[in-house]
Amino acid sequence: MAGNQAVLPAGRAPRLQLDRDALTKRGLMVVIAVYLVAALALPLYAMLSKSFTTYSFDLARYEFQVSDETGGNWSDPVSAKALNDKLNAVAPADLATISDGRLPATSFFPDFSFRSPVKYRIRGVGPTAPYLVGLELFNSNEWKELSGNDFRRVMLRPVQSRSLANYVTYFSTPALFRSIENSLFIATVSTILTVILAFGFAYAVNRSCMPFKPVFRLIAMMPILVPSLLPGIALIYMFGNQGYMKELLLGESIYGPLGIVIGSVFFTFPHALIIISTALSISDQRHYEAAESLRASAWRTFWTVTIPGARYGLISAAFVTFTLVITDFGLPKVIGGQYNVLAVDIYKQVIGQQNFEMGAVVSVVLLIPAVVAFIVDRIVQKKQVALLSARSVPYQPRPDRRFDGFCLVWCGVVAFFIVGVIGTCQFAALAKFWPYDLSMSLNNYAFDRMDGGGWEAYRNSIRLGLLTAVIGTAIIFTGAYMVEKIDGFKTGRGLFQLLAMLPMAVPGLVLGLAYIFFFNNPANPLHFIYGTMTILVICTITHFYTVGHLTALTALKQIDQEFEPVAASLRTPFHRLFARVTVPVCMPAILDISIYMFVNAMTTVSAVVFIYSTKTNLASVAVLNMDDAGDIAPAAAMGMMIFYTNAIARIVHAALSRGVLARTQAWRKR
Amino acid sequence: MTQSTAGGQRAAAAPDPSAYLEIDGLWKAFGDFLALRDVSLQVNQGEFICFLGPSGCGKTTLLRAIAGLDPQTRGTIRQGGQDISTLPASARDYGIVFQSYALFPNLTIEKNIAFGLENIGRPRAEIRARVAELLELVGLPDQAGKYPAQLSGGQQQRVALARAIAISPGLLLLDEPLSALDAKVRVFLRHEIKELQRKLGVTTIMVTHDQEEALSMADRIVVMNQGVIEQVGTPTQVYRHPASLFVADFIGETNKIETTFSAGKVKIGKTSIATSATGFSRGASVVAVIRPEDVVPHSAGRKPARSAGANLIEVEIESMEFLGSYWRAHLAGKALAGTELIANFSMNAVRRLSLAEGKTMTVELPAERVLVFNADGGGDGR
Repeated sequence: MAGNQAVLPAGRAPRLQLDRDALTKRGLMVVIAVYLVAALALPLYAMLSKSFTTYSFDLARYEFQVSDETGGNWSDPVSAKALNDKLNAVAPADLATISDGRLPATSFFPDFSFRSPVKYRIRGVGPTAPYLVGLELFNSNEWKELSGNDFRRVMLRPVQSRSLANYVTYFSTPALFRSIENSLFIATVSTILTVILAFGFAYAVNRSCMPFKPVFRLIAMMPILVPSLLPGIALIYMFGNQGYMKELLLGESIYGPLGIVIGSVFFTFPHALIIISTALSISDQRHYEAAESLRASAWRTFWTVTIPGARYGLISAAFVTFTLVITDFGLPKVIGGQYNVLAVDIYKQVIGQQNFEMGAVVSVVLLIPAVVAFIVDRIVQKKQVALLSARSVPYQPRPDRRFDGFCLVWCGVVAFFIVGVIGTCQFAALAKFWPYDLSMSLNNYAFDRMDGGGWEAYRNSIRLGLLTAVIGTAIIFTGAYMVEKIDGFKTGRGLFQLLAMLPMAVPGLVLGLAYIFFFNNPANPLHFIYGTMTILVICTITHFYTVGHLTALTALKQIDQEFEPVAASLRTPFHRLFARVTVPVCMPAILDISIYMFVNAMTTVSAVVFIYSTKTNLASVAVLNMDDAGDIAPAAAMGMMIFYTNAIARIVHAALSRGVLARTQAWRKR
Repeated sequence: MTQSTAGGQRAAAAPDPSAYLEIDGLWKAFGDFLALRDVSLQVNQGEFICFLGPSGCGKTTLLRAIAGLDPQTRGTIRQGGQDISTLPASARDYGIVFQSYALFPNLTIEKNIAFGLENIGRPRAEIRARVAELLELVGLPDQAGKYPAQLSGGQQQRVALARAIAISPGLLLLDEPLSALDAKVRVFLRHEIKELQRKLGVTTIMVTHDQEEALSMADRIVVMNQGVIEQVGTPTQVYRHPASLFVADFIGETNKIETTFSAGKVKIGKTSIATSATGFSRGASVVAVIRPEDVVPHSAGRKPARSAGANLIEVEIESMEFLGSYWRAHLAGKALAGTELIANFSMNAVRRLSLAEGKTMTVELPAERVLVFNADGGGDGR
């Protein structure tokens, strides 16, 4: 009898020869991994390193000589540093600058006059000492002789170094630093409100016998179809300086935290609702029957059965809402007034002050809460899955007049709010001149007469949406297939999975800014896509990669693990299995991913606002820019165009899903 | 280093020319856990082999190594004289059927079976004819246009079987093919699969944890435990002459009595029982094993006449259970001194000897049916 040896003999494990299949799979995976690295990892790295980059004038690197009035008799060389130490012309704090900073050399010569015949010489000391004469850049250790008239055009240029200085500056500037507090405050309050409202709504829809449930479900999903700016615009019309319900605020201003919170609740509501609704819908009827047989009061049952059963959903919803609010930029931009939050700071630093380094610092600060929320959410989600897999008897609500009535009121109020916001926008878009002439006209839809890109922007958005939906879905689904169904190559797959999860933790603005740093660098061979539709498509796919990836993974996990072995034993290459079985079986999930990509491509502002160009203006960005320019009514009109487009896309998606299901999923029917 | 010596001897052994599948010194490690430990096996052309053992014994691991789905850590596999140890699954020659059937849900039965054929690029008419032939063979001639979900579990498994043999593989691998089915369907399919295999003459390996399945279907059974082959033998060999205490215990029912060995005899209770076992040292602790159906009933008071090796024990019937085709009796008594014996008595014997609870009787433990094993689980010295 064999087997008394209990120790593996020395030697090497045999490696299976790679067949064409294995090579193709690995090749495909490498392609998608390279995509993720180029579209995500490298830009983020570029941004991170940018945040540590500082620019300052290093005065010790320059030396000057001055002649007498005859143009001869040169003085001894003296460094700019020595001059500055003596004169105190430039305060040490002012030596720090941005990448584009310039310091006139004449600062160190108080009695300089370009009319005098005195001549000047300048030279660098050490390898890098850049300075400009006019537009010409010099970087040399040779003396350069200049007349007074030329010398006044000499500008010292900063040198780059790496340090924590940007962070030090950030945390010692109260105006910037306060934004952290503001952001956390807004996000926390909005999260609490949204989760309470969404829980009530989900509870009513899942656990009561109130009428009109399908209508409420439909209305609750409407905010997903519009950019987050839109509730801001609606709130201005409702409660702004000329708002029709301004009195309700009792003198409070809607511009500021109040407006941001109300708008945030609006646009995060459907996200929270979906998660909580899922959690509530999986509760077990038997637990309630047990509670009833033990004569527990409804109140006690609620706290001991309902809430614990839904707790992972609640936690997950809270973190998702928190992340959405803290990373959102459109809404506080529109209605935030003087109230600064992190996301708007990034925009202001980059677009307003051209201080890219500080923008990078704020981005890194904004990444922290987003990443923490993301990690906690992942942990919680894993536990939720375990709950889901348990077999349970679905809960059947019983009619209860008082309770059902209460639910109807709750949902009615929420639905009224949502419809009110969208309705206000629609009304404002159609009104001739709010609030003075409310007669209807389509003037506000004449986008070509306003700033922001006109109808071209709208067409671009649709192009972006379609391209993102088609290309993104193909990339995401193939990538997920490689992660889920390839055998061996474990480390590679783990890394890939990590890369695929990363986008969820990266706020859109941060991604957009990272794209500037990475793709706008002339040394980057991919520089040519900067300013094109391609970069917008890549950015949008990457921004929304994770949710699509997870949807695809879920669908793939439900497929029998033995299909690949069976296909291999039948000596059929995997791409045939993929095309004939995997894709058709996963078609519902694939359609879901594409509609998700389309709708988000239509509404997103944050990621693309940094990288659109005049040729690739987008509808959502146009809403922002028109609002910025004071054309609020056209902004509302454009927002509504996005809404209708997405609504139509949804309807098409539903019809398509039904058609595809009928054709390719005949097997689902018994 | 005894290990390397053992390995050297194995390598020196000439391969059996008649073997279709030769597994030599196979190891499989999952991290620190050794799922297979030095497994060697030869399967002949056209044989039906069952890998039998409790869950976690390594039987599925061994099958997956043969299929190239989870390559071994050490050792070689040869099929039809060719070393396939490093071939990927798609380059090996086998058909496989899984417990889950793994039928493609969106393809009709016909398309499922044709899946492997289409890839070879056969003409359509030929494929159609082959599919019809296969459907006939598995007894589902009129189900071609249906989807898998429209068939019962047993029917689906037959489709999976048809799909696996469609490409006429040299080796058929069955991974617990019947475990997901109802008891009745399972018994029926057992017979069907065996018949089919005999008709096609395809070398077949089936993994199962169901001993009845293995005993009824296999030409030879490979009993595995903890990554090691305990015994390879025909169903009767494995049942009648288990090579180890584990095999004796795992297959069928047994009375296990811990005792000591002396001069060919073991003590059961107060009685010395003769055995045909040899090779144990005097006083060695051993386990004596006898199957319930090997306990021979006699009427009470029968004297140990003629031969001293008659192994007769006076017992009392403590309880009896009626199990349909036979009775199971729990035997105790002074002579057994606390040891309990279980015996299966035929209806006939019970009637003839008027056995009933509380009665005393004499039982005989035939010497050649009393198996003796080392207490630590080793063989019986034969």
